[in-house]
Amino acid sequence: MLDDKDRIFRNLYGLHDWGLVGARRRGGWDGTKAIIDKGRDWIINEMKASGLRGRGGAGFPTGMKWSFMPKESTDGRPSYLVVNADESEPGTCKDREIMRHDPHTLIEGCLLASFAMGAHTAYIYVRGEFIREREHLQAAIDQAYEAKLIGKDNIHGWPFDLYVTHGAGAYICGEETALLESLEGKKGQPRLKPPFPANVGLFGCPTTVNNVESIAVAPAILRRGAAWFASIGRPNNVGTKLFGISGHVNTPCVVEEAMSIPFRELVEKHGGGIRGGWDNLLAIIPGGASCPLIPAADCENLIMDFDGTRAVKSSFGTAGVIVMDKSTDVIAAIARISYFFKHESCGQCTPCREGTGWMWRVLSRMVEGRAHRREIDMLLEVTKQVEGHTICALGDAAAWPIQGLIRAFRPEIERRIDDFSRKARLDDQGVLDPVEMAAAE
Amino acid sequence: MTLKAETIQAIRTAAHHHGGAKAAMLEALKLVQAAEGWVSDAHLAEAAATLGVTTAELDSLATFYSHIFRSPVGEMVILLCDGLSCYLNGADDVRDAVQQKLGIRFGETTPDGKFTLLNVCCIGGCDRAPAALLGPDRKLVGPLSADQLDQLIEDAR
Repeated sequence: MLDDKDRIFRNLYGLHDWGLVGARRRGGWDGTKAIIDKGRDWIINEMKASGLRGRGGAGFPTGMKWSFMPKESTDGRPSYLVVNADESEPGTCKDREIMRHDPHTLIEGCLLASFAMGAHTAYIYVRGEFIREREHLQAAIDQAYEAKLIGKDNIHGWPFDLYVTHGAGAYICGEETALLESLEGKKGQPRLKPPFPANVGLFGCPTTVNNVESIAVAPAILRRGAAWFASIGRPNNVGTKLFGISGHVNTPCVVEEAMSIPFRELVEKHGGGIRGGWDNLLAIIPGGASCPLIPAADCENLIMDFDGTRAVKSSFGTAGVIVMDKSTDVIAAIARISYFFKHESCGQCTPCREGTGWMWRVLSRMVEGRAHRREIDMLLEVTKQVEGHTICALGDAAAWPIQGLIRAFRPEIERRIDDFSRKARLDDQGVLDPVEMAAAE
Repeated sequence: MTLKAETIQAIRTAAHHHGGAKAAMLEALKLVQAAEGWVSDAHLAEAAATLGVTTAELDSLATFYSHIFRSPVGEMVILLCDGLSCYLNGADDVRDAVQQKLGIRFGETTPDGKFTLLNVCCIGGCDRAPAALLGPDRKLVGPLSADQLDQLIEDAR
């Protein structure tokens, strides 16, 4: 369990002042100048040594990402830092708490990260729905400007401007290149990579896009040292992490814990245990809707980190754990996720635009059992045709939960199909005509 | 109905601030919506003319983002979370109750123009599921029961 002294977010629950005075009391903005004086290379090396992996879901090493940025501009193009605060992955509720209750960790992180990447300007792209969060963040930024912590002429000697911009309700804008498009005032449709944002990003300039949490933990890492951060958790999966625990637990919450905490400890210590006791657990989704579910049998010894979740064919994602107890209709739950991805597909790539709707329609028939057994394999085949065949990862994200469902709960799907067939009368219409299905949508 | 002079001015300022008309399109839509509550065809055309972009360009942007409203909305917009955590904690019951109470479905507005009900992808209130966002400042409320939401609606009336 994480020691209190190792906690980075000391005002996660908003019990204290979220403003500058409170942040300073919690150790924020302390010795920032001294860190900057150590130079860009020192910061990047320290971030690399800390082993911090991106907290937005993909888990790419943050220090390495920063090192991809050009050392100096040879063609006059400026560099930018963009912070992804478009948190909308179902099950994830961590960045919102940072912005609301500890915004100065993020602002200080923006300054340090921008300095390390030679950027004089940073943008924080906040989700359109987060109005209160945006107000807090903007107020905190205004405080930082006032105190000359940031700005053109600040006490840290690195001219730096920080802007908050906001979206208008599109999940896909959380994808980094879609976010850049949206920042440029366009539709949030992901770009083909390469070129990667580090070469051609915002307004065609070198850009790094980082998650809120990745940036907000940077000041603590640089102050306390890479070795401290790397000593928490297990190799390749180090540091502290904000976990969200929701669904069928007694006390849903957001909590900062050590990486590699066993799932059972996490849910019993912080989530108040599974509703109806541990034996009532059916499955979990470990890190947001796009991660394949993990059945209860694999949760017994599950280690909550990148490698631990991968060992059971899932992924760590954003660490927003959704718990499902035995009362859950698991097929309906995944159909729900499937509908979500259908709705949020930007429509650019055919496999995703058509496939997400296809998968949802088949799956929603399976909720009822109105399907043939052979359609299970067909559905699996469709997910494989979507996965990896799209510009961005939304196609993959739509495919994985269904693959996870079929892997773990195929007998349940079959049972439901058999039950339905047994009960169906001879004059039953059976499987709906595709035209009717489209009309029913 | 034409746009207010200050809205037009704000759009011009945004174009300057964002480094060009194209980059300011989304901001322009938000400005129109902030002033008028929603983006009508006439206002869209006017905003496009102010920026010097085509109406089609601006409309394609407006329809991409679900929170740019291209039809009138009520005084209070209720955004009910669609997420899995909310579903697991009984969001469907809350949805059914509020739909029955207001007599509208998702995407509709009450005849008195007071309420609009919309579904929204996960709003990061998973630890307070089932959750919703209410009103112009998108206040997060939850965990909701059908009765509580009932009360919140009564209070808003």
